[in-house]
Amino acid sequence: MTETDAAPVLEVRDVSKHFRGVRALDGVSLSVAPGEVHALVGENGAGKSTLIKVITGVYQADSGEIRYRGGPVTFGRPLDAQRAGISTIYQEVNLIPLLSIARNLFLGREPRRFGLLDVGRMNREATEVLARYGVDVDVTRPLRSMSLGAQQMVALARAVAVDAKVLVMDEPTSSLEPREVQTLFGLVRRLSARGIAVVYVSHRLDELYQLCDRVTVLRDGRVVHTGALAGLDRLRLVSAMLGRDLAEVRRDGVTGFTGDHAARDGEPVLRVAGLRKRHLLHDVSFTVRPGEVTGLGGLLGSGRSETAKAIVGALPLDAGTVTVAGRRLRRPTPRRALRAGVALLPEDRKAEGIIPELSVRENIVLAAMPRLARAGVVSRARQDRIVETFMTRLRIRAASPEQRVGDLSGGNQQKVLLARWLCLNPRLLLLDEPTRGIDVGAKAEVQRLVGELARDGLGVVLISSDLEELVEGADRVVVLRAGAVVGELAGDEVSEPAILATLAAPEEAADEHR
Amino acid sequence: MSTAERSVAARTAPDRAALTRRVRDVGVYVAVGALLLFNAVFTDNFLELANLRTQLVQVAPVVIVALGIALVIGSEGIDLSVGSVMALAAAVLPLYLGFGLWPAVAMALLAGAAAGVLNGTLVAVVGLQPIVATLALLVAGRGLALVIADGQLKQIRNPDLLALGTDELLGLPVVAWVAVVLAVLIGFTVHRTTYGRQLVAIGGNRAAAQLAGLPVRRVLVVTYVLSGVFAALAGVLATARLTASDPSAIGNLIELSAITAVVVGGTPLSGGRVRVLGTVAGALLMQLLRATLIKHDLPDSTAQMVQAVIILIAVYVAQQRRTR
Repeated sequence: MTETDAAPVLEVRDVSKHFRGVRALDGVSLSVAPGEVHALVGENGAGKSTLIKVITGVYQADSGEIRYRGGPVTFGRPLDAQRAGISTIYQEVNLIPLLSIARNLFLGREPRRFGLLDVGRMNREATEVLARYGVDVDVTRPLRSMSLGAQQMVALARAVAVDAKVLVMDEPTSSLEPREVQTLFGLVRRLSARGIAVVYVSHRLDELYQLCDRVTVLRDGRVVHTGALAGLDRLRLVSAMLGRDLAEVRRDGVTGFTGDHAARDGEPVLRVAGLRKRHLLHDVSFTVRPGEVTGLGGLLGSGRSETAKAIVGALPLDAGTVTVAGRRLRRPTPRRALRAGVALLPEDRKAEGIIPELSVRENIVLAAMPRLARAGVVSRARQDRIVETFMTRLRIRAASPEQRVGDLSGGNQQKVLLARWLCLNPRLLLLDEPTRGIDVGAKAEVQRLVGELARDGLGVVLISSDLEELVEGADRVVVLRAGAVVGELAGDEVSEPAILATLAAPEEAADEHR
Repeated sequence: MSTAERSVAARTAPDRAALTRRVRDVGVYVAVGALLLFNAVFTDNFLELANLRTQLVQVAPVVIVALGIALVIGSEGIDLSVGSVMALAAAVLPLYLGFGLWPAVAMALLAGAAAGVLNGTLVAVVGLQPIVATLALLVAGRGLALVIADGQLKQIRNPDLLALGTDELLGLPVVAWVAVVLAVLIGFTVHRTTYGRQLVAIGGNRAAAQLAGLPVRRVLVVTYVLSGVFAALAGVLATARLTASDPSAIGNLIELSAITAVVVGGTPLSGGRVRVLGTVAGALLMQLLRATLIKHDLPDSTAQMVQAVIILIAVYVAQQRRTR
């Protein structure tokens, strides 16, 4: 199907959406024709979720227009959109696990007889419907007894059964097995052949190329590219998502990295081998030497954060070993990892980093508290010395050490978290998106600090979606895709084009792991 | 679009936030002061020593139980089993009185600690929701107590134990002293010990505390043990005052009074903060309120409704802060 052979069934025109001053969508337009499978892609915070929520009536647009089947529409709530024929399938199946498969399929539109549930007819019809989708099950069993893939099928069958014209799928494959993914794709193709328009959100490039006709790329709330997917170079797609213009990949040193550190000889401070975790990691191995910044590159969902979490034991592994300074970390937990000198600066500062109600001082000394106490009684004098040292060194700007951390700016919160780890004298720091969401000044300061730490002999693992940061900050870049290492760049090879090329290379190495 | 939503959530309406913070911080003390003042003027004989003493003796067990629950709530949990633990302690106590007062008290407290270990393990190791885990013991604990006591009310004749319920020290009943000392100890524990600060950090952001290598399980188990021991102590003191061990009635619904005291005292149910003095004031407020209404011949049902209003106000103020 192409965009010219039919009038669009769904059209988003110049839609903007603000959240109290923060612009989430800025003049976004999107049009989907009947039978078209339209990919919607973008990195974190690009506005995909917001756009979907505007389309499905969860949010109302501030300005702009949604046109559906030829006329303007306003959906006050998700149910209105559903009734009109726009069905949504979310990342996690949102059905009711304890009810029977048939009940889930007919939820809210159960066949009735004499005002009562006609269970016999419901089960009969459910069996028929699912058989058409290639799912052959006892529909009276509870939904949760099915595999996630099969549950996804039920969700899909349900969405279509309500006479949908538009199907919005938000990362439907993120928890599916490869075989299940193929079945799902088969189904999506059949739906599209029946004229149903599909908006498909995913970060998995291979899936997009397999399934989708056209693509719209969002970045920072704007449409940066839209067009046919066939013939679109992978490299161009990736650079559009990441906001790197290939023609003007600069190396003019706008980041705060010093770049004057170098790996030291001797034992690696970290050796990671064969990390595996179902759905997330498929054989990740690399080493980090002291004095070296090792970058982890990859798109969203490639397993970078999961790798970092697995190293400190915050994500239980199916297989793999983590060796710190020559000693194997057995049954890692964050506590054991810290004792071995490994600290993780988490990606989600608010959810996993700061303790918002506590003061700057208490957030800094959180992990070091037992060392700064006598017989279990906190020593304020010792805490104050440490806190003062690090507030000065990292230039943490707060009214006083007693200020609530929740009231600080993002950049200062990030520095507080860095101080929390640095006062433990770690051997290895894992930094997951250390400069995301912080202002330019703080960003340069954090970057400079990372360089200094490496020069002092620390091992640093740097995870960043900002290619510039990765290229200038890292001595070596390990590129991940779909939970597997697909390339490793060192020295002069570390450049934006090289990373982009590795990211966009057709899937071969990764495929055999999935 | 999580980034945008998050930054919206971080935004504050300063005046409103400052006001609710103020109400939460000093509201309960102002209310206690106002009630005392009101009674001093309008209630006959209110300021007489005998009356004040009665009020203190009545409120002390609630304060003791509430201090333990305040810790649990600070950890983002809840302990519904305290009333049953009181009953358990009351049932265990007479069994060992033959060995003297202190061995018997020790056994009662040990029963409370065991209950705490069970609660803490279910919450921290097994991973049950605190409300479910402690609900189990709320039901089972009293049953067990009745089995131990053979379903009987036992008169207490041990003079040492009876003295606990009636003696005074420097003009204050012993029961009230126990509550005061515990409040001071818990205040120190929360603010000045590693355990206390770790507890508050875990309640404030468990994922972050875990990543910072805090001994989350240990801290949680210790917290439920403290709550159990405090409840058991309250059970011992209440038994002494009743002059009888009555596992079927002792501590009935005290979990609700205690939770009310904690919440009215400004400790948010969402955890991450423990207000010790506020908890004491919260218990006093509810006690005084009830006494005042009764002394002015309002029926008990009215008193209950007024209490309900106070609870709603306290929860509303706490909620304001959280959704801000």
